[in-house]
Amino acid sequence: MDFVPFWISFKLAALTTFILFLFALPLAWWLSQTASRTKPFVEALTALPIVLPPSVLGFYLLMALSSHSFLGKFIEDIFGVKLIFSFEGLVVASCFYSLPFMVQPLQSGLEGLNKHMLEASYLAGKSKFQTLFQIALPNIKPSLITALIVTFAHTVGEFGVVLMVGGSIPGETKVASVAIYEMVETMEYGQAHIYAAVMVALSFFVLLAVYIFNHKQKMKMGML
Amino acid sequence: MIQIDIQKKLHGSQGKMDLIVNQSVNRGEFVVLMGESGAGKTTLLRVLAGLEEAKGSIFVGNTEWQNNHKRVSPQQRNIGFVFQDYALFDNMSVEENLFFVNNDKALLNELLVMTELVALRRRNVQGLSGGQKQRVALCRAIMQKPKLLLMDEPFSALDSKMRKRLRTQLKDFHQRFDMTTVMVSHDASEMYALADRVWRMEQGKIIQEGTAHEVLSSQDEKAHYVEVLKLHNAKATVCIAGELLEVEVNNKISVGEEIKVVLQPCLYSNNK
Repeated sequence: MDFVPFWISFKLAALTTFILFLFALPLAWWLSQTASRTKPFVEALTALPIVLPPSVLGFYLLMALSSHSFLGKFIEDIFGVKLIFSFEGLVVASCFYSLPFMVQPLQSGLEGLNKHMLEASYLAGKSKFQTLFQIALPNIKPSLITALIVTFAHTVGEFGVVLMVGGSIPGETKVASVAIYEMVETMEYGQAHIYAAVMVALSFFVLLAVYIFNHKQKMKMGML
Repeated sequence: MIQIDIQKKLHGSQGKMDLIVNQSVNRGEFVVLMGESGAGKTTLLRVLAGLEEAKGSIFVGNTEWQNNHKRVSPQQRNIGFVFQDYALFDNMSVEENLFFVNNDKALLNELLVMTELVALRRRNVQGLSGGQKQRVALCRAIMQKPKLLLMDEPFSALDSKMRKRLRTQLKDFHQRFDMTTVMVSHDASEMYALADRVWRMEQGKIIQEGTAHEVLSSQDEKAHYVEVLKLHNAKATVCIAGELLEVEVNNKISVGEEIKVVLQPCLYSNNK
């Protein structure tokens, strides 16, 4: 059995989760603390990938990242990286696609924090940056773990956007979900069964691990 | 000396009002701030701490903490703040909460001994009782060696025995560390025991100041509008603050009617 599509899926998910965490954390922090009038607009924009069909997102990303667009050309000229039908392009597309799954749990966790706890940290002379890492994040562990794992799992389960932006280049952009689609098309049902079963099992255990962890954390915090 | 001259619009439980405070606090003085809820006491503390914006100026000695154009951040004010809900760092143990503020090991040990928290020093704060959490919050505020200690009803959730004990400890701290202190409290015994001066606040303004005795003894009579529950021999039974009281009434009153009952301050202190 060829495990390369799984490897690409997990590599893509790991990179996407890492990059998204770096970008989503300041965004979630800002959203949780701001009283700005622009907040609903930013929230709506962030949530768009949840409701949009992946083909719509894929279409716009394809337009934006192609070498005919300003952005695509700029990146190609400066970094020498083609973003369409390449692994790098998949990472960029996945970051957009999975953005709400990282931002929303972090934001709701941070919004649920006792405001006085953060203020006590400021009064102790700590900066916002120190407060975020030493007080806020350790106190929203369940939300943090949910954000990381669900982003990872959601990226592994990507299909439409990946197919449109990355195509199906073996060893480069052919992820597990796309491989299953092709197997079904060519009627290799036996292989498709194995791939699909692996995906179901992996996804189930990842989610189970998250729920067990969060249950334990809540017990520890006396919330259950 | 702290000079406060601030104004702020508030949307409190009693509708819109203006917080207007023009007061000064001497160095090392202990001020107790009293008044009904929604009068603006917490907001005044938060403005002093730099946690909320207000117009006007605050001077501490020769340092200007705020004017209409700039504000010194809470980080730079060196304030000890005891929140009503403790606001301890839940992810930390007792001593980690204290070390987060200041690394002074000797002071930490001393505070833990004074507040009888030594045995609990490595315990996570989430497992502590209300009184223990309160003591940790107090120690954490003092770890900062603050110029100004602000406390928002710090003992409100505690039983009277614990209140009494913490009151004594607070008095010790205040004398030893020479901290200028402003504390919100409704408790007459706390005012008598701790306050150099009491400020009474109403509708966003300090309407009276003086010693605890001066302010408390001149309090207006307090009127309650309550329903007559029972009538017997020209005596009506009414319920005020969960307590049943019998008051003398004239014969024209009937059960279910609303009457005005005025309580004198001395009745409060006698617990009748």
